[in-house]
Formats: sequence, C-alpha cells, structure tokens
Amino acid sequence: MKMNTIAAIATAMSNSGIGIVRISGEESFQIIDRIFKAKGSGDKKLSGEPSHTIHYGHIFDGEEMVDEVLVMIMRGPKSFTAEDTIEIDCHGGVLVTKRILETVLKYGARPAEPGEFTKRAFLNGRVDLSQAEAVIDVINAKNQYALKSSVSQLEGSVSRRIKDMRDKILYHIAFIESALDDPEHISLDGYRDTLMETLLPLKEELQSLISSSDNGRVLSEGIETVILGKPNAGKSSLLNVLLGEDRAIVTDIAGTTRDTLREQIRLDELSLNIIDTAGIRDTEDVVEKIGVEKARSAAEGADLIIYVVDGSCSLDENDEEILNFIKDRKALTILNKTDLKPVVTKDQLCVLTNHPVISISTKERTGIRELEEEITAMFYEGKLDFNDEVYITNVRHKNALLEALKSLSMVEQSVQNEMPEDFYSIDLMDAYELLGTILGESVEDDLVNEIFKKFCTGK
Amino acid sequence: MQHLEESYDVVVVGAGHAGCEAALACARLGLETIVFTVSVDSIALMPCNPNIGGSSKGHLVRELDALGGQMGKNTDKTFIQSKMLNQSKGPAVHSLRAQADKQNYSREMRMTLERTDHLTIRQAEVTEIITEDGAITGVKTFSGATYRCKAVVLATGTYLKARCIYGDVSEYTGPNGLKSANYLTDSLKAHGIEMLRFKTGTPARVDSRSVDFSKMEEQFGDKRVVPFSFSTDPETIQKEQISCWLTYTNEKTHNIIRENLDRSPLYSGAIEGTGPRYCPSVEDKVVKFPDKERHQVFVEPEGIHTNEMYLGGMSSSLPEDVQYAMYRSVPGLENVKIVRNAYAIEYDCINSRQLKPTLEFKGVDGLFSGGQFNGSSGYEEAAVQGFMAGVNAAMKVLGREPKILDRSQAYIGVLIDDLVTKENNEPYRMMTSRAEYRLLLRQDNADLRLMKIGHEIGLISEEQYEALLQKEQSIEAEIKRLESTNVGASKEVQEFLEANASTPLKTGTTLAELVRRPELNYVMLTTIDKNRIELPWDVAQQVDINIKYDGYIRRQKQQVSQYKKLENKKLDVTFEYETVKGLRREAIQKLNLYKPMSIGQASRISGVSPADISVLLVHLEQLRVQRSLEKKGQEDSHERDI
Repeated sequence: MKMNTIAAIATAMSNSGIGIVRISGEESFQIIDRIFKAKGSGDKKLSGEPSHTIHYGHIFDGEEMVDEVLVMIMRGPKSFTAEDTIEIDCHGGVLVTKRILETVLKYGARPAEPGEFTKRAFLNGRVDLSQAEAVIDVINAKNQYALKSSVSQLEGSVSRRIKDMRDKILYHIAFIESALDDPEHISLDGYRDTLMETLLPLKEELQSLISSSDNGRVLSEGIETVILGKPNAGKSSLLNVLLGEDRAIVTDIAGTTRDTLREQIRLDELSLNIIDTAGIRDTEDVVEKIGVEKARSAAEGADLIIYVVDGSCSLDENDEEILNFIKDRKALTILNKTDLKPVVTKDQLCVLTNHPVISISTKERTGIRELEEEITAMFYEGKLDFNDEVYITNVRHKNALLEALKSLSMVEQSVQNEMPEDFYSIDLMDAYELLGTILGESVEDDLVNEIFKKFCTGK
Repeated sequence: MQHLEESYDVVVVGAGHAGCEAALACARLGLETIVFTVSVDSIALMPCNPNIGGSSKGHLVRELDALGGQMGKNTDKTFIQSKMLNQSKGPAVHSLRAQADKQNYSREMRMTLERTDHLTIRQAEVTEIITEDGAITGVKTFSGATYRCKAVVLATGTYLKARCIYGDVSEYTGPNGLKSANYLTDSLKAHGIEMLRFKTGTPARVDSRSVDFSKMEEQFGDKRVVPFSFSTDPETIQKEQISCWLTYTNEKTHNIIRENLDRSPLYSGAIEGTGPRYCPSVEDKVVKFPDKERHQVFVEPEGIHTNEMYLGGMSSSLPEDVQYAMYRSVPGLENVKIVRNAYAIEYDCINSRQLKPTLEFKGVDGLFSGGQFNGSSGYEEAAVQGFMAGVNAAMKVLGREPKILDRSQAYIGVLIDDLVTKENNEPYRMMTSRAEYRLLLRQDNADLRLMKIGHEIGLISEEQYEALLQKEQSIEAEIKRLESTNVGASKEVQEFLEANASTPLKTGTTLAELVRRPELNYVMLTTIDKNRIELPWDVAQQVDINIKYDGYIRRQKQQVSQYKKLENKKLDVTFEYETVKGLRREAIQKLNLYKPMSIGQASRISGVSPADISVLLVHLEQLRVQRSLEKKGQEDSHERDI
C-alpha cells in the first residue's frame, strides 16, 4: 500500500551541530506519537498538544532510545507544506540523524521523493507563484541525480540478485494468472506447495540482502571522492596506501589505469567513496580514451577531488587543465613523490591553487596522516557534505526491500490460510513492483508478455 | 444524378456485437438511429467461437448488463450450456461462460433490434464519412445515398478491406465469405485517421456425424445455471444442456504441422497483419511450445439446429489438405468431415490512441467507434465498447455530460483506458490480470457497482433501480448485524465448530469473525445464527464475500482512493505540452501523441516518468493560480468601473 506521509532529513548531511528530520502528511502525528516520549510528563502525546509548540524528550525505537530531541509540531495549513508537519531536531551528526529518519520510516512514513516537500508546498498554495519554475528545477535536478545514482552505483551483484528475484516472482504471477484466464488449459492443483518452495528461499534472499548490504544500503554511501592527476602521478598508489592493499594495478607505465576503480574507506565517522581514474591527458588509445572520459564525468559529480601532482617532473598543460577544472570545486592538492628530487615545490603549488596543499610520498608512506586529518577537518568544519541524494536513494531502496519482504510474507500468510490462488498474485505483484523501483524499472506490460511467452493459453 | 438523402440523430456503421449495443443504446435513449450492415442476415453474427463470457469476459457481460446493455439478456435466452469458471478460486475471478446457439443468438438480437422504436436497420455499405469544420455531419453509402446525422459510431469489426486466407488461397471477403467493406478505410485516412492492419483466425467447423465422441471426454454444464443478466430470473433458465467434448492433439498432429509450415501463410510471410498472442493458431502453438506433447481440443456444438461443431484450440491457416490431415490425426476426429475450413483473416482497424476515453475521435468531433475496429478482439470486448461509444454519442447529441468508467469502477474502464493509453500491437483481449483492483470488480457485484450509472444514463428502469437500492440496504444491514452479534462459547456453538473442523472458541466472538474463518461461511452459520431472517441468495452472497475478504477489500479501496486523486485532475485535449518548462522531450512527444484527459491517464503512458508528472502538476497549479488572480483582477477593475 502506498503511504502518503513523507519524511526526509532537512539539513545537509554534514557534521553540523544539529540535524533536522522533517515529516509531512496526514499521519505525521500518529507517527510521532509512536516514537516520541516527552521528558518528565508521563504519557504526553504530541497529537494532543497545540500547534506551533516545541517539546523536549526522546525518540524511541520500541524500547531502544535513539536520541535526545526537540520536536516542533505544526498543524496544517500553517506549515511549509500546508500539511501536518513535524520537525525533529536532534544532536546532529550523520549517524544519529539517519537513525532518527529510519525510525520514522519504520513507524509509518515513506521516504520523500526527490523535491516532494517543495512540490507539496507548491501544490498546497504555500509557495509563491513566481517560484513555480524553481520548484520544477528542483524536481528535475533531484530526479536526474537519483536516476543517475540508481543506475550507475547499483552494484552489479546486487542488481543481479534483485533481477533474479523479480524473474522468479514474475514467473509465478504469470503462472497463476494464466490459470485464472484459462482454467481449462492450466490447473492450479497442488500449486500451493510449489509456490511455498519458491517463496521461502525468496524471503531468505531478501532478508539477506537487507541485512548483508550494510543495513540495506544498496548504494555505497559517503563522500564521492575522485582522484585526478596526470598519468603516472601516483593516483593508484595513493589509493592503495589509503586502502592498505594492492588493489589498483600499479606500474611505471603511464596509462595503466584504464578504467575507474572504486573503493570505500572510512576515516573516523565519515566514509569516502574513492574513485581512482585514468590520468587526464590527450590520448589516442581507444580503451584509455573511454577511461579518461569517465574520469572527467566522475570528477564533475564528485563531492571532493584529490589532485595528485608528481613532484618529480614539471607542471605541463595537463596540470593546467586540471587546476582550471578544480578551481571552483571542493578539492585538495597533493604533492607526491617528495622522496625524489623535487622539481615542483609546495610553495609553487600554493600560488596556483586556493585549495590546501599536502606533501606526501606514497612510496615511503609519509604525509598520509596529514592528508587524512585534512579531509576529516574539512568535514568537521562543514566544508564537505555527504552527498545526501545517495543516502536518500538508499533509504528508498531499503524501504522497497522491506516492503517487498512484507508483501511476500502476506503471500505466505494467504497460502497458510488457504486463501484462493488469485489472492497470491496481488501481493506477489506488489513485491515485483517494489523491487522494480530499485532497478529503476517500470512494470508496463511485463506480466502480459510473460504469460504469453511462458504459457500456452487460448482457444 | 438524384441520390437519396435522409436525416438521423445517430448513424451506426456495422451490426455486430458492438454495433447492436451502440444502436440499441441510442434508440432506447430516444434518438433516431440507423444501423448499417453489409448483410441483415448476419446481425450479431458469431463468426468464431460459440461462447459468450469466460474469464474476465464474463465480467464484461455482467457489467454491460448492469448498465443497460443487451448481450447478457440475449445470451440467457439462447445459451445451450453454461458454466461458472474458477469456482475453486476467489470470488473475484469467478466468471460465467455460456455456449450460445449461434443462429438463435443472432436471430434473437435481430428481433430485439427490429422491435426497438426509433431504430432503423439498413443493408448498405457505408463508404465515406462526411465532415464540416472537423465535425461529423453524415455518411455516404455505396449507392451514393447520403445520411445526415449528428454523430456516427463506427463498428466495422473485421470487415474493412478484409482478406481471408488459408494455404495459398486468399479471398477478399469478410468472415464466413461475407462481403467486405473496401472503401471506408480511404475516407477515414483522408480525414487524418491512422489505420493499422491486424489479423486473427478461426478453426474449422466439422460435421458431428463424422466425429467419434466415445474417444473424447464429455464436458457438462453446471447443475445450477447462473444467469448473465441481473434481470433474468434464475428459475426461468434451468434447462437441459448440451455437452461439449475434449480431446487432444498428439505428436503425429505436430509433425504434420511442422512438415507443412512452409505452406502456412503466417510463416511464409503472405500475411502482414499482427496476430493475437492469446489465441494462437495451432501452428503457432507447435512452433512456440515445442516441448508440449499435446494441446487440448474442445469440440463444441454451434447450435441445436445444426450438425456443425467448432474445434476450439485448432485455429489454423494451413492449406485445406493439411487441415484434413492434422484434424484427422486427433483421437475421435479420424474420419472427420470439414464443413467450413479454418482460416486467418486480416483487416483494417485504427490505432486506438486516437480516441478519447469516451471513444470519440480526438480529431473528428462526433465520430465515435467501438469493437474490433478499435483494435480489440472478442465479442464481449466489442459489445461493451459499442455500448459506451453509443452512450457517449447519445450524450453528445443530447448535450449531456459524457460517461467515462475508470479503472476502479469496471473492467470496461480498464479495457477502454488500456486501449486509449497504451501501445497496442495486437488485437486486445481482456484478461483478469489487467485489472489492478479486481477484488472490487467482481462479476457478482457488477449491479452494485454500475446500475446507478445505467440508471443515470437512462437505460435502467425505475423498477430495477429501486430493487437495487433495496438490495444495497439489506446487504449493509445484515453486515452490521453480523459484526455486532456476539457469539459465546456455548455447547451448541462448540459442537457446530467441531463438526465443521473449525477451532473451538476460547472467548466470545462475533458472527462476522466466524464468517472470516476459511473453513466457514455465511450460509453454514445459519444453524447457530438464531435471529437470521432469510435473505435472497444474491444478498447473502454479498454479505459473505464482503465480510470474508474485508481486509483485502479495504486495502484495494485505499489504493483506489490514491488512484482517484490523479484521475480527478483533468487535462485538456488542446493542452500545449511544449509550453511546459521542465518536461523531458520524450514526455512532450508522448503526451502530444496521446493527449491524455487526466493526469492519471498521463501517468500511464509509457515514456512519461513520475518526475514529468510532478512537473505537470506544478505547471497546472501555476496556471490555476494565475487564472484565479486574473479573474480577481478583472472583478476588481469591474468594481472600479461601477
């Protein structure tokens, strides 16, 4: 069933001092009543409190206390969206804010679609007419991002697992439906057992997907960090040092990294999704050319760029291009190969860029600590944000996985209660559609096509 | 040269299942109506199978009846066998299917038409539509006669430039060797209407004297027949039924087909039309499902005054000699004599996205269409479209609001919405899986869903309407009573439960809770329900279903209320999507192509994303606010003037 009360984190996903989770829709008060305990005033329910008041207390997930919070309640139409709206102010920090959002979702809200708060505000007459175009821009921009991250960052194995599950589910829906459409050709005798044999492993598979991939995080979350630099500047070596393993192929031949590599590393509370790219230079080699293009586009969407300079050879037009590229972006410059005879100096670089410059040697592993500290500092000073769209996409994915599991459980229940078979396909279809939203696939005529492909029906 | 010229309110082109319903609806609403057919002897002809109804199609017929259509009544008068399909499954997929006596069916319908006031039957081929300023003003026939009118319903079925084919034999005729209509297509094209070419097929008819039924399984009708029509008294239709027979193809049959595939026009490329996947020819089945060892063949009587039997499951376009060989390889058909050959037929139809949900052409005012001409398949699909097209033509002429059923109201709504919203590459057949709210759209409650609308249209009598209101009240009262009647764990109750393999009570409960138990039902509870007043069977049935499946029904109702929100946001056919900033190019193209009538419909067009829908919603709101501001401005300045 589609829920119509939405929730999202309203603050940036940085390590700011405060985090706000916003809920909007008909069920806002029911949800907050389920998870909020006011301090010292016993059973106080926020649904019974006057609008536009602030309450102090704790958010609970069942018995477990999540955080100490301030909750602001606003009844529609006097709120941004003109609907009943709740804002939960918590102690900030990415992890806590996320936990609160997840609790809100668990107790009845659904993750907001891209731009949905603004859309609702507008449709309910709360946003000035002159802002309509801005609203449309927000919707489009956020959707494009969500779409892009969904497709490009979904891990191959995860999407394959989801696809397999969908195929199995669709087959069973098609079988049931063929039998309903053409009962004289296809019989459902004994089918309950067959379905259960598929259903239980499917449920386990879903369950494992939910728990294994870091609490249902299908996309790798964190600060999208791209390492840029000329060929052979030591980008892959830097990645290896940060990872502590020989993951990228490192040779002395310029142009070894022909594709982009992706790794995740954790520094304190934050995680970096590091993308090692092929060096940026003019190239005629076709395979490498693709790599270079990928590098450029990865850098364009990055939250942080680490620019690696080979200190042992002089700067050229390739460096100039990169320096130009990172000028108005969040970036760090690294002077590598300080173990060799310096040709480029730190001072020289400081003049060319307004970003911090750190000297390191990947070979002797010096300066790595400073690099890590610099990144962490940038984050804590609020200079770096998490890309919250990825996180939000993850929240949606996890929600879809959970809902799909719920639908399969309903099928199981219907089978156990010996409900007629036509009831099964209704919940199976829900599961199929929910999993489809993760892959960004719509349903269209899948079922009808499957019926005709797999089953011989008709006069 | 002098030509005849006459004037009517509505012209209906074609007197098949769509045309008959359209003509009857218009005439019964008091409009002067003329219906054209290439042969008066073929009114309501069933050129393919001898059945009415079947899974989801039975729903269509019941719905049509609740709205005031004729097909259900006509079937009740002429059936020779009847079955409720899927009885072991949930109530949503129970579906009636009857074997009709084809000749009787056709004759009964013709008599109904002939007895209807304001209705004229005319044998003539309509060759042209006439328009002025983009609106229909009449039609012309082959003889040159002109018939002026205010609205036209096209229901040409499979007759437009029809060609029948088997083997290398090909004839430009309609089904059954009837005259095809070869001119209208060009006139429609000249009016900017996009035409498609579809195909379908039918099996051979054989002489029952040449069939050995002892080698087949006998298929009986139901002991107790349920009528199609809500106005038919069930007692009046309990009669002796005729059996059908089941036999199977075998490897020998399949080999004969495989060896002769090169002689099939479907595989040699002689047929260009797109065929339906759901009623494949037997050669299609053998090619697409090579692992299947046998396929069912249903041998069904075509009527009681004929020897002809229909070979369901073996439609084909193979040459005559191969047809003989393959049919004779089937047990029971070893010495079979063919009366009519199997054949494929291809014909012109329209791309149905050119229609509004009212079944009126977006491009030609007053031109409506229904049936196979719209790219559907099946008698029932045709009938309901013909009816809706007729009703909306009548509404237009009468200056009344159009009648549109949506996906949450009826299978008819699903059918028409699919036709006008989705890419349709083959003759469209109704299927229960196409209805997303099917727990609500049951055949048993078609009257409760639709009879009020039928009454509003003016095709359901006051008497029927009053009876419906009465039924509604009884159902509601009885459900309330069961929900509030407590049952204690008395000895009698425990014994009753035990006798029915149901868990004994630990604490008190309600009668309704007991109905919800899978092993019990409303009727069974009569023994322990002391205050029960005996209710009509159809009321009892509704009470049982509504209580038993209450949880599922409520869930679907919630989904429907979500669905309705977008459905109620209307779009204008003249809306210029290019002017909406932020819509993706693909969305603009598709929206311009389909010109949806509501945001809901727009959201079902392939290639229109949820983000596009958000953008549209925002844009509409922007327009609305602007308009209301302008209006306010005008009022203000008006006040100043005074």
